Amino acid sequence: MSNKEKHWQKTRGHMFVTLALWAFFSMVVFLFGYEINSMSFLGYPLAYYMTAQGSLLAFVLIIFWFANRQEKIDEEFGFGEKEDD
Amino acid sequence: MFKGGFIQNLPKIYGLYTGGFLVFIILMAIAEQAGASAKAIGIMFVAFTVAIYALIGYLSRTVQVDAYYLAGRQVPTVFNGMATAADWMSGASFVALAGGVYFGGYSYMAFLVGWTGGYVLVSTLLAPYLRKFGCYTVPDFIGTRYGGNGVRFCAVLVLVLASFTYVTAQINATGTIAARALGIPFEAGVWVGLVSILLCSMLGGMRAVTWTQVAQYIVLIIAYLIPVFWISNKIGAGVFPHLMLGDEVARITELESQFGLTKNSAADVKAAGVPGGLKSIAVAHAGVGAGGMAVWKYISLAICMMVGTASLPHILMRYFTTPSVKSARKSVAWSLFFIFLLYSSAPMLATLSKISLMDPNLPTGIIGKSISEVQSIEWVKQWSSQKQVFIADFNGDGILQLNEWFMRTGVVVLATPEVAGLPYVISGLVAAGGMAAAMSTADGLILAIANALSHDVYFNMIDPKADVRKRLIVARVLLVVIGAAGAYIASMRITSILGAVAWAFDFAMSGLFFPLVLGVWWKRATKEGAIAGMLTGLAAGTAYLIYVYPKFMGNPAWLGIDHLRFGLIGAPVCLVVMVVVSLMTKAPDAATQRMVDEVRVPSGRSILGRQH
Repeated sequence: MSNKEKHWQKTRGHMFVTLALWAFFSMVVFLFGYEINSMSFLGYPLAYYMTAQGSLLAFVLIIFWFANRQEKIDEEFGFGEKEDD
Repeated sequence: MFKGGFIQNLPKIYGLYTGGFLVFIILMAIAEQAGASAKAIGIMFVAFTVAIYALIGYLSRTVQVDAYYLAGRQVPTVFNGMATAADWMSGASFVALAGGVYFGGYSYMAFLVGWTGGYVLVSTLLAPYLRKFGCYTVPDFIGTRYGGNGVRFCAVLVLVLASFTYVTAQINATGTIAARALGIPFEAGVWVGLVSILLCSMLGGMRAVTWTQVAQYIVLIIAYLIPVFWISNKIGAGVFPHLMLGDEVARITELESQFGLTKNSAADVKAAGVPGGLKSIAVAHAGVGAGGMAVWKYISLAICMMVGTASLPHILMRYFTTPSVKSARKSVAWSLFFIFLLYSSAPMLATLSKISLMDPNLPTGIIGKSISEVQSIEWVKQWSSQKQVFIADFNGDGILQLNEWFMRTGVVVLATPEVAGLPYVISGLVAAGGMAAAMSTADGLILAIANALSHDVYFNMIDPKADVRKRLIVARVLLVVIGAAGAYIASMRITSILGAVAWAFDFAMSGLFFPLVLGVWWKRATKEGAIAGMLTGLAAGTAYLIYVYPKFMGNPAWLGIDHLRFGLIGAPVCLVVMVVVSLMTKAPDAATQRMVDEVRVPSGRSILGRQH
């Protein structure tokens, strides 16, 4: 397998992991909205908290994590960009 | 003080700008104390901020194509994040989001998850690859990847339909705010709004829009956060509302059971003469509906908004302007961070607004008081006269019940500072923020449409030999024409703000999501597949919208897929047709396959050059 193919395979794997996290915070949590709302977090009912703030914050962190790890993958295979911005 | 170029000095320039804006707010507060009228302060806020944006627009004028279409590909990561956040957060987000949460509760907040979660799709599936491609517009990518003017034209079609649906709502919002702040009729306000929007974009295209959007983000976020923090502290709810409103949410639930949540019948509402568009609280603030349908309604709405986000051209094109692929990726993260600051505050504002009105222990509480007493409150008088709030004494007991108090959704943001007794300078600030939000989104949308028409239709299809001067003249003329068309339709007042906004996501999702994603992620996708997918997806989605929307055919929704969710019909049709037709036609040639391979690695030159 060529270097490019290996890079793409790893990139694709990273994409699927990221999307799995995304699906968890955007859909799976809310499948159980009624059930988890009796639990509480920071004094808020849990489902209310997740839709008002929790999932939103999770998305921000997921994208920062995704970008950093993808940069490492690119560098590992020598496809990182040279110029610094 | 300013050594080096403009880009190196950005933090200093915008730091000074922010400081200047804060000084302006303080000056206005002093003017208020000295006896300036509320109206004068409102005019000053809107006029001053719009004048600054126009100045930035003028200073960013350009005669280079790559500056006009791509802001010269030199917008730094964090600044592009701010510009995208302003591009994204529309007048509807600013004015109507907190009101939507106030009336709709948990099920409405699917919009919050949808409008943020979509950015995960943007960063993983699209933004870095489109940046590597180096296209000027979204149809530019589709046209080059799949090859040919037919496919390019289909992409332009979807783009225009989605963005135009969205832009009329934005011009409508600028019109509403300008009319209120300047004290002119709505129809005139729409045209004032349009002129302000064009001042920002006409001379400098993407470059001017970028730098005004950064300035607009700063204004809108200050305008949104100051009231939230101030009110929270004033009513003793907590120093940092986002982490400390748990007790207030619990208290609202308690008050809801004390007052009772009653859904008024349409006949009662009509008989009492409640003006159209005003609502009373009938849904629990923090309660979650039980049952499979409630879950499906929530998740299906979130899916439509997420996938729609990842297909909206005016957002994707912001990531064409960064210096590198990795900064495009990071820039998505910063965009979402800046969006998060406002979106996570909207439910807090809704909570504060609700507790201020409902809690009899607070001096601002009105529910449970006598109606004559409530009607003599200054802000109630004012907003009633503008038909923004209404009292209907259904049971005739002279006491204001929860279901007898009606408000328009926008009032939650626009009036809460007054309700909580904040000085008028805050209301002026909120008006300026709403104006910034609506203008920045309208600018991005009008530019997306005009660029697609000037670059993809005019330059690529009609006159490929046109010189730079001619191309930029055409681009600017189109900008004015499209803006005017949007303003004309907005002045006819056809749709409510949010109905139309959700439609834009469904249109974009039906026609563009899979052609874009498969263009990068599936080498076997062919031109014929993309054309068939875009056209059938768009047709299926549109047909279903006509079938289900109450004002068109009004048929019962199938599986709860109503007019806000018609992308759930369009996008799967698009995917299936695109895959089937692609597999039936000849695989893309070796050159195209190599191009896709090139797009998948960040290093190396972009596929399309700076000047093309």
